[in-house]
Amino acid sequence: MSGTHLHVLHVHGHSPVHRLAPEVKVVAMLAFVVGVVATPREALWAFAIHAFFLVAVISFAELPFGFVFRRMMIEVPFVAFAVALPFLGGGPRIEVAGVLVSLEGLWGAWNILAKGTLGVGASVVLVATTEIPEILRGLDRLRVPRLLTSVAGFMIRYIEVLASELRRTRTAMASRGHDARWLWQVGPLAASAGALFVRSYERGERVYQAMLSRGYDGTMPQLDERRARGTEWAAALGLPLTTWMVALLAIVGS
Amino acid sequence: MHIPDGFISAPVSAGAALPALGSLVAALARASRTLKERLVPFAGLTAAFIFVLQMLNFPVAAGTSGHLIGGALAAILLGPWMGIVAVSVVVIVQALLFADGGITALGLNVLNMAVITVGVAWPVFRLLSRLLPQRSAGVLIASMVAAWASVPASAIGFAIEYWIGGQGGVDPGLVFSAMVGVHALIGIGEGLITAAAIGAVLAVRPDLVAGAEGLGISADDTTTPSRVALGSFVAAGVAVAVALVVFVAPFANPNPDGLERVAENTGFLDTAQDHPIGGPLADYGVAGIDNPWIGTAVAGLIGTGITFAAGMLLVGIVRRFRQREQVPASR
Repeated sequence: MSGTHLHVLHVHGHSPVHRLAPEVKVVAMLAFVVGVVATPREALWAFAIHAFFLVAVISFAELPFGFVFRRMMIEVPFVAFAVALPFLGGGPRIEVAGVLVSLEGLWGAWNILAKGTLGVGASVVLVATTEIPEILRGLDRLRVPRLLTSVAGFMIRYIEVLASELRRTRTAMASRGHDARWLWQVGPLAASAGALFVRSYERGERVYQAMLSRGYDGTMPQLDERRARGTEWAAALGLPLTTWMVALLAIVGS
Repeated sequence: MHIPDGFISAPVSAGAALPALGSLVAALARASRTLKERLVPFAGLTAAFIFVLQMLNFPVAAGTSGHLIGGALAAILLGPWMGIVAVSVVVIVQALLFADGGITALGLNVLNMAVITVGVAWPVFRLLSRLLPQRSAGVLIASMVAAWASVPASAIGFAIEYWIGGQGGVDPGLVFSAMVGVHALIGIGEGLITAAAIGAVLAVRPDLVAGAEGLGISADDTTTPSRVALGSFVAAGVAVAVALVVFVAPFANPNPDGLERVAENTGFLDTAQDHPIGGPLADYGVAGIDNPWIGTAVAGLIGTGITFAAGMLLVGIVRRFRQREQVPASR
C-alpha cells in the first residue's frame, strides 16, 4: 500500500510546473480561482486574460489538451443548468437568434460557464502535475489542521481498496445475472453496500491493529521536510497576482 | 449536487464557509472525544466508503440511475459527528483533487451535503427510532424516512443560497419548487438504499450501527419493514414531491408568474390551451388561462417530471464517464 493508485488523475512529467513545491502550487491555484471569481462578469476582456494564462500554464506544464478537456467534463451538469438560465431568468428580455431570452439569465449563464470552467481547469492542472500524497504534504506545510489532512490521506489510500472490493462484488453480481433497471430491484445493490461497509470496517480494524503494533500514535511520520524556496514562491505566485490585478482593474473599471 | 465556482455570489460563498467550518471543527472535536487516536484511520475509512458509495449507481427507472449522497447513511452508521467529518472530507477531497465542485464554493457544498444532510437525518432518525417499535424493522423505517428527508433538506439549503446570492435572476420560488420537488423524488431512492444498507449491516454486525446503540438489537433480529410499509413510504415520497410543486410553489413564489414563464417557454401552456379546443375539455383549457394557479401547478408538475428525467439522464451519462476516469482499471 505504498502510495495511491489514482494515477488516472496524474500526468507524469518533468515540466517546471511538475517540479514546483506542492504547497506553492496549491496556494497559486487557490489564489487564481479567487481572483477569477472576484472578477465582475461584465469584464469580458479580463476573462480572456484569465483563460490565456490558464492555457499558457497547461502548455507550460506539457499537459495534453485532450486530457485536460476530458477531465473538465465533470462540470457538465452545471453547464446544463447554465444553458437553461437565459430561458428561466427574470428581468428585461432581449432577442437572440429569434428567441426571447432574459438578459440577466444570459449574464448568469456566462458567469457560471466562465468562472466554473476556469476554476475546474485550474484544479485539473494542479492534480495533473502533482501526485496526491504531495498535495496532502503541501497542505500540511500550509498548516491545514493535521487531523483533516491525515483523514484525507487515509481516505485516499482506502478508496482504491474499497473500489476494488466493490468491483469484485459487482463482477460477482453481474456473473450471476444481476442487471437492475428499476428502483424496486435495488435490494441486492443496497445489500452489497452494507456488506462493503462491514468488510471494510473489519479490514480497517485489522489495519489499525497492524498500525498500532508498528508504533502508530495518532499521526503519520513526516519523511520529507523540503520546504519551498523563495524563488519558487515568486515564480508560482506571479500568475495569481496578475489575475488579482486584472480582477482589480475590472472591478474599478466597471 | 456539487456547486461550481461562480454559481453563487462571492460574499454568500464566503459567508457559507463560516458555518461550514464551524460545524466541521465542532464535529471533529466531538468525534475525537469518543474515538481518540482511532479517529483518523476510521474517519478516513468511512470517508472512502462514502466516496466509493457515491460511485455505486442504483437504478431508478428504465435503466437510468442515481447515486447516494450518503449523509444519512454516514450519520446512522457512525453517529452525527463522525458523519459530518466523513462527508465533509469527501466533499473537500472531491473539490481539491477531482475538480468536482468549486474551490470557492467549498463552504456551500460542505454545508449542503455534509452539515444539512446529517443535521436533518440524525434528529429525524433518533426521533423515529425511539417512537417506532425498537426492533430492526423500526430502525430501518426510521433510517428510510431520515435519509429521504435529508435530500430535499439539502435542496432547500441550495434554494436559499441561490435566493440570497444566485446568478441569473431565476425566480427563487421557481428554483425552490423545482429543486425541492425533484429532490423529494430522488430522496425515495436514497431512503430505500440507506435502509437496505443499514439492514445488511444490522444483520451481521449490529454493534457497528451507531444509531442502533441502546436499542438492544441483536444479529438474530431480522425483522424487516413489510411490503405495505415500503409501498407507503414510496407513495408518501411521491405525494410530498407533488404537493410541494402543486401547493407550495405558487404561494412560496414572490413573483407568481415564475412557473408560468417556464410553461410558456417550454410550450406547456400552449399545448394546454390548443389541444382541447372544441372538445369537452375546452373548459379546462380555458381554466389554464382564467385560473393561473392550476396552469402553474400543471406546468410545475410537468416541469418537475421533465427536470427529473433530464437530470437522471445527465447524471447517468456523467457518472458513466467519471467511473471510467476515476476508478483505475483492474489490475
